[in-house]
Amino acid sequence: MNSSVIIFPGSNCDRDIDVALKKFGFKNKMIWHDNVELPKSDLVVLPGGFSYGDYLRCGSMASKSKIINDIIKFANSGGLLLGICNGFQILTETELLPGVLLRNKLSEFICKNVFVKINNVENNYFKNIKKQILELHIAHNEGNFFCSNDQMKKIEDNNQIALLYCDKNGEINEKFNPNGSSKNIAGIFNQKKNILGMMPHPERMIDKCLSSDEGSIFFETLLNNFK
Amino acid sequence: MKISVIVTLKKNVLDPQGTTIKKALEGMSFNNINEVRQGKYFEIDIDEKNQRKAEEKANEMCKKLLANLVIEDFKIIKSL
Repeated sequence: MNSSVIIFPGSNCDRDIDVALKKFGFKNKMIWHDNVELPKSDLVVLPGGFSYGDYLRCGSMASKSKIINDIIKFANSGGLLLGICNGFQILTETELLPGVLLRNKLSEFICKNVFVKINNVENNYFKNIKKQILELHIAHNEGNFFCSNDQMKKIEDNNQIALLYCDKNGEINEKFNPNGSSKNIAGIFNQKKNILGMMPHPERMIDKCLSSDEGSIFFETLLNNFK
Repeated sequence: MKISVIVTLKKNVLDPQGTTIKKALEGMSFNNINEVRQGKYFEIDIDEKNQRKAEEKANEMCKKLLANLVIEDFKIIKSL
């Protein structure tokens, strides 16, 4: 399976996701944002970091990069497009995903492990996943998902909520919402479910020696769903 | 022509930075503050003599990049 990770000036999780994808069997290529054409890919990943120093709004400058037009074409033709953290912010700024990621409710950078519940498994990301609650890492200043009431209605009607912040037993409650995100949303899909934006970093949880291997479940499932 | 634009958060959007600034001001004994909302200010120097055309361009820039219309409003406040 071929994957491409896009590098923007200020991306800093690009190497981590490269290591993760290769570990689980993807043939990955690193693509500089200034290219106009994507190589043949089954999966494209927009990594975490601080593209363009988070100037103007997180992800706004990256969403106007040269490579974005080809990424939009790729996604519109059904290709899998994953945005993690800053990648999620870029996806909302390109309007491939609805809503926006606002500053965290308590105005603090959050860096900790959280539990998230997978809300929809009818897609290529989570089909046949062996656990529905994963402990993953978050590290962000703007992860507070917000959208208009009309957008939220569409998101819910189309079952686009991918991940929800919860406790270790899967209870979804404001108490377990780290950043003020609407309805505890940690990740959403587009209508077709081929685009996923998520704040947690599965690529940081692929080795028990370093952290945990809960992220491995994410990548193993993703790869198995390609086969 | 110089165009000045302000971008502000829509009223129904939380502004944690504004809230933090308000708290700091209160800590400095500035009392009776009802609310602080933080926004952005842009000065755009466009090589265009026609005011209407310059404002149209600025308007397009706001819609496409300077403001995110899900959460922000913009206003062209001056063009000289």
